[in-house]
Amino acid sequence: MPALCGGPRSQTTPRLPWTCSPRPISGRGACWVPVPTAPVPPAPGNLSGVRHILLVLSGKGGVGKSTLCAQLALALRHEGKKVGVLDVDLCGPSVPRMLGAQGSAVHQCDSGWVPVYMDQEQSVALMSVGFLLEKPDEALVWRGPKKNALIQQFVSDVAWGELDFLVVDTPPGTSDEHLSVVEALRSHQPLGALLVTTPQAVAVGDVRRELTFCRKTGLRVVGVVENMSGFACPHCSECTNVFSTGGGEELARHAGVPFLGSVPLDPQLARSLEEGGDFMRDFPGSPAYPALAAIARKILDAAQAPGPG
Amino acid sequence: MEEVPQECPGTGSAQAGRGASCQGCPNQRLCASGAGAAPDPAIEEIKEKMKTVKHKILVLSGKGGVGKSTLSAHLAHGLAEDENTQVALLDIDICGPSVPKIMGLEGEQVHQSGSGWSPVYVEDNLGVMSVGFLLSSPDDAVIWRGPRKNGMIKQFLRDVDWGEVDYLIVDTPPGTSDEHLSVVQYLSAANIDGVVIVTTPQEVSLQDVRKEINFCHKVKLPLIGVVENMSSFVCPRCKKESQIFPPTTGGAEAMCQDLQIPLLGRVPLDPQIGVRAFCHRHPSHEEEQRSTS
Repeated sequence: MPALCGGPRSQTTPRLPWTCSPRPISGRGACWVPVPTAPVPPAPGNLSGVRHILLVLSGKGGVGKSTLCAQLALALRHEGKKVGVLDVDLCGPSVPRMLGAQGSAVHQCDSGWVPVYMDQEQSVALMSVGFLLEKPDEALVWRGPKKNALIQQFVSDVAWGELDFLVVDTPPGTSDEHLSVVEALRSHQPLGALLVTTPQAVAVGDVRRELTFCRKTGLRVVGVVENMSGFACPHCSECTNVFSTGGGEELARHAGVPFLGSVPLDPQLARSLEEGGDFMRDFPGSPAYPALAAIARKILDAAQAPGPG
Repeated sequence: MEEVPQECPGTGSAQAGRGASCQGCPNQRLCASGAGAAPDPAIEEIKEKMKTVKHKILVLSGKGGVGKSTLSAHLAHGLAEDENTQVALLDIDICGPSVPKIMGLEGEQVHQSGSGWSPVYVEDNLGVMSVGFLLSSPDDAVIWRGPRKNGMIKQFLRDVDWGEVDYLIVDTPPGTSDEHLSVVQYLSAANIDGVVIVTTPQEVSLQDVRKEINFCHKVKLPLIGVVENMSSFVCPRCKKESQIFPPTTGGAEAMCQDLQIPLLGRVPLDPQIGVRAFCHRHPSHEEEQRSTS
């Protein structure tokens, strides 16, 4: 089995100027928790210029959290907003590929780490562990404490600058990453959480647990989105409910939270994600576009409404 | 500012705390006391317990939502079609336990006996264990950090009375983290026969799956092969095929050729799998079962 400590030259240590500070865990011996070698000067807070923080959650994997994050970022940018995307899925970081930023590197500045910008206008800023790996196929085989340390750094040490929205992509579940990111963001009063599900019972069952997580951690639920909601055959236009139907709307009703919409299965959207293209700009006629645009408008409305977060 | 030794031998090494490079390291005393090197006694206990389990197969994927639990359930049912084969299905997805729902066992509870926890039997020769059976409500969330999840997995392996089993199928959550490290660690003395990797055709999945394959190499898990799920969709009305998740980089076939791993089969998108809890006797699943046995 892999040793608890891989050592400073271990394959699983990302290429950052880190040293290790010991913090024993659970009586199992030392667990090295990475901290930066050069102490970051206490900035006023790298999130102080961020107006609204939205977490995208789902108890279930593969429902489209990263897809929603990417499309929301693009939609909000087309509405003239400055957007950041923080990807705290450390084991399976999808955001760099989906937004065409694969292979970009992270640099340091006086206030911390510089996010990767999608464009020259710096309208979309990204941070993901995907930018920190030597090789794209490298597995980040970390237990909780190391993941938590990196997430805390992502929250406090990235120089986001002035942003209208910071969208946070998460892995599936209700564990280390979720607890850590919610705790780290608590003092910044997030707008809330967007919960993504697919229609079938197996997904809804996990998302119900995620709703409990939001309630227990005091995270407001902005709404539920049902993704992969039906497929219109491109040959005959017959709509088939590939992953069943209705689960997302029923879940929102049961939980007493807003239902923000259903996004159909759309091979053109899937292709755009593969290629890191701008689906929201290039395919306004595609089946998924109207629902995604409507969800973005509802997020804008929620941000402008008076109330908590 | 604390200095870290340039040549840290690792906390599990025989030199931990004793090497020249350990001088001045804040953890030297802890390592020298052997705390990092002492193996967990549960590993031997689990090795004993697993003596009655002939074959252990892990179902992994770096990516979520590709059909690990669905495949695990179908594999378990397929193997259990032979009444003389004893099959066990263990769900170690602690936060998102899907197996009870897929197997039609929601609401079932686990019972304790003198010999440990009893699995829930869906057939006489097919027993299931999941954290889902320990939760009293479908809304209950398991909001645990790594160490607690690891403890649960240890209990599942050590304290469940599986009896004489021909195949133990282990369903896992996505990723390469606590659950995966723990199941490999706890079964390290008991010998895992192999891993079945599940993916969907698109590169967004494959990039995570390659990481999982690298994880398997790192922890020396033998790979049985890859299953590509949600390969294509046949319209029930016009019968024409569409690719909902386009294989822009060649799908699992290209990845398997590249990495020299067997492609066990492709499973199409079938709406019946989403509608019913369990879709029995799907021909593509039978193909995987033959390959895996």
